[in-house]
Amino acid sequence: MSQITDAPRRSSLQGATLPKWTPWAIAAGSVALGLGISAAAGLDSKIQWGLMAAVFFVIASYGVAARVEGPRQAKDRVATSLVWVAFLLAVVPLVSLIWVTVKRGVKVLDGYFLTHSMGLITDTEPGGGIYHAILGTLEQVAIATVISVPIGVLTAIYLVEYGRGRLAKAVTFFVDVMTGIPSIVAGLFVLSFWIIILDMGYSGFAGSMALTILMLPVIVRSTEEMLKLVPNELREASLALGVPKWRTIMKVVLPTSIGGITTGVMLAIARITGETAPVLLLVWGSSFINTNPFEDPQASLPMYIYLQYANSGGSGAAYDRAWAAALTLIAFVMILNLAARGIARWKAPKTGR
Amino acid sequence: MHRRLEPHAACGSADRRTSWTYPRKLLTLPPPPLRPPTPTRSPDADQKRAARGATRPGDRVFLGLSRGSGIFLLVIMAAIAVFLTYRSVIAISKDESNFLTTLEWNPTAAEPSFGIAVLVYGTIVSSIIAMVIAVPIAVGIALFITHYAPRKLGGPLSYVIDLLAAVPSIVYGLWGALVLAPQLIGLYGWLDDYFGWTGILDWQGGAPRSLFTVGVLLAIMILPIITSVSREVFRQAPQMHQEAALALGATRWEVIRMSVLPFGRSGVISASMLGLGRALGETMAVATVLSPSFEINASLLDPGGGTFAQNIASKFSEASEMGRDALIASGLVLFVITLLVNGAARMIIARRAEYSGANA
Repeated sequence: MSQITDAPRRSSLQGATLPKWTPWAIAAGSVALGLGISAAAGLDSKIQWGLMAAVFFVIASYGVAARVEGPRQAKDRVATSLVWVAFLLAVVPLVSLIWVTVKRGVKVLDGYFLTHSMGLITDTEPGGGIYHAILGTLEQVAIATVISVPIGVLTAIYLVEYGRGRLAKAVTFFVDVMTGIPSIVAGLFVLSFWIIILDMGYSGFAGSMALTILMLPVIVRSTEEMLKLVPNELREASLALGVPKWRTIMKVVLPTSIGGITTGVMLAIARITGETAPVLLLVWGSSFINTNPFEDPQASLPMYIYLQYANSGGSGAAYDRAWAAALTLIAFVMILNLAARGIARWKAPKTGR
Repeated sequence: MHRRLEPHAACGSADRRTSWTYPRKLLTLPPPPLRPPTPTRSPDADQKRAARGATRPGDRVFLGLSRGSGIFLLVIMAAIAVFLTYRSVIAISKDESNFLTTLEWNPTAAEPSFGIAVLVYGTIVSSIIAMVIAVPIAVGIALFITHYAPRKLGGPLSYVIDLLAAVPSIVYGLWGALVLAPQLIGLYGWLDDYFGWTGILDWQGGAPRSLFTVGVLLAIMILPIITSVSREVFRQAPQMHQEAALALGATRWEVIRMSVLPFGRSGVISASMLGLGRALGETMAVATVLSPSFEINASLLDPGGGTFAQNIASKFSEASEMGRDALIASGLVLFVITLLVNGAARMIIARRAEYSGANA
């Protein structure tokens, strides 16, 4: 009896709804269908059944919802399933990238690999290592950091503390534009004036100059954001005590925002560590250990990956080394990123200190 | 500043209070009334002096240093333009054929002949493919993070996507060449079977190292940046509008369509243009995946073609002096294109200053 009265009452207030497990059931069904068709048709690629399953999922959720719940609800369900499909489509390649790099990278990655160079080994032979490349990368990045941090932080200070008028506007605009310079153009610029016009040789320092150009805008932007977060009361209190402006900046503003600035610098380092193109143009590459960044070609980690790939001649040993170097590079960049974000959370500027 | 503040300390509390009625201006533009106006100087000059803010040697040095750094940045930008243009003019003046339309790259011949037509085509086509794939998916992910995902999943997810933006492009290139390209063979077969008649998606059965694969890889690479900027925009969509729409009985999709997407439109556009700028200038991923040739293929699936950055990277090691100048000339074109795209993106962002693409 109660069942009979129940059903019409629900439908009068709220349209029929599908049970909560419907999307999962549809998803499972469409994946099964995709796998079934690809098995039957003998398709070998995972992309094919994945795409088929995605299409089935969207169509089926529209069909089922349109029959049971009406067109508006059906559109809503299609949008939901499209968003989920987009999410999965994006996650699959990104997870695959990390997974493959780790899986194939650990094969040759060991102490020997990290502490030996490629000096006596041709690219097609097994063995060898990335010591020379790590050394080159560290030196080039260190030089770029040493040049660009003071300039970048001072520029940000100018923009936040002093900057008014046309010059500041121009600097702001060009910093924005500079963020978008392709790395290879920065490399070409240093090539044209340092190597072609000044006739200097290929060296780690030339690479560092290109990296500086790429690093500067990132540091300026992040430092600017951090300085803007420093509460004005701190500056006013310091000025009111008769402290000159430059000492106010050095002793009050910078220490307050040092955590954020460090974060920005570390993120910038992480970004330029992986830059290949300018290094390829300016550092030239070498399979020997060269500890002097100011003279003679050096190696660098991203360039090592590229050269191992390009000169491999299809040899498995070179690919293994490339993957191991890629894993090292990703690990370095990720650790820098995580540390930077950790510092940002730990040292976030507190108001009313 | 020191002189101005000194009489203060001696003043009574009433005076001190009046001085604090200008807290904002105290930073850079100290209020003129605090200092007895000197008769010899016009108030205008006073203002200028105050705006300079440098009244002591230390201040002056510091201001000089920081302004100098700002100017240094501008000088670098100018130098990039000047030096690239200088070398390009040298190269183009020696070019025996039309720089814009020639279909070959032969700068070392007795009669140097090179042109950027192939590179323009390849760069634009691969970027368009990347945008067509990446923008809808990135908007989907951004919506997923802000409006669909369970709260526990959304935070870590955006964190992971930010981390993925930091993966170096050479690693994407390695992955694209050794993992992605072989996986695409099946898809290529399909596209050829069903859409081969269009000519654009015709496939001769070569290795899948074509502009289409490059476009797919670029799409994967620019996903994180488009996602993270769009996400910030969607997150700022006014809560009241969304709740009002829900209260009127709108479904979740209708809420998003009517209140979130219109609010975020310009943000998504500028995010896409930032992504486009990145795709245009991407070097290593293209250089590893594409098997280049200097011809324009109507079919996107057949190997061949090239992009500006890829051409520079792969031709550079064998280039002579003239060859390097020719590559610099093509680099200048790339520089100008990315400058225009990025400038437009920044202008759209600047129009809505709430979300600066600062960390993008």
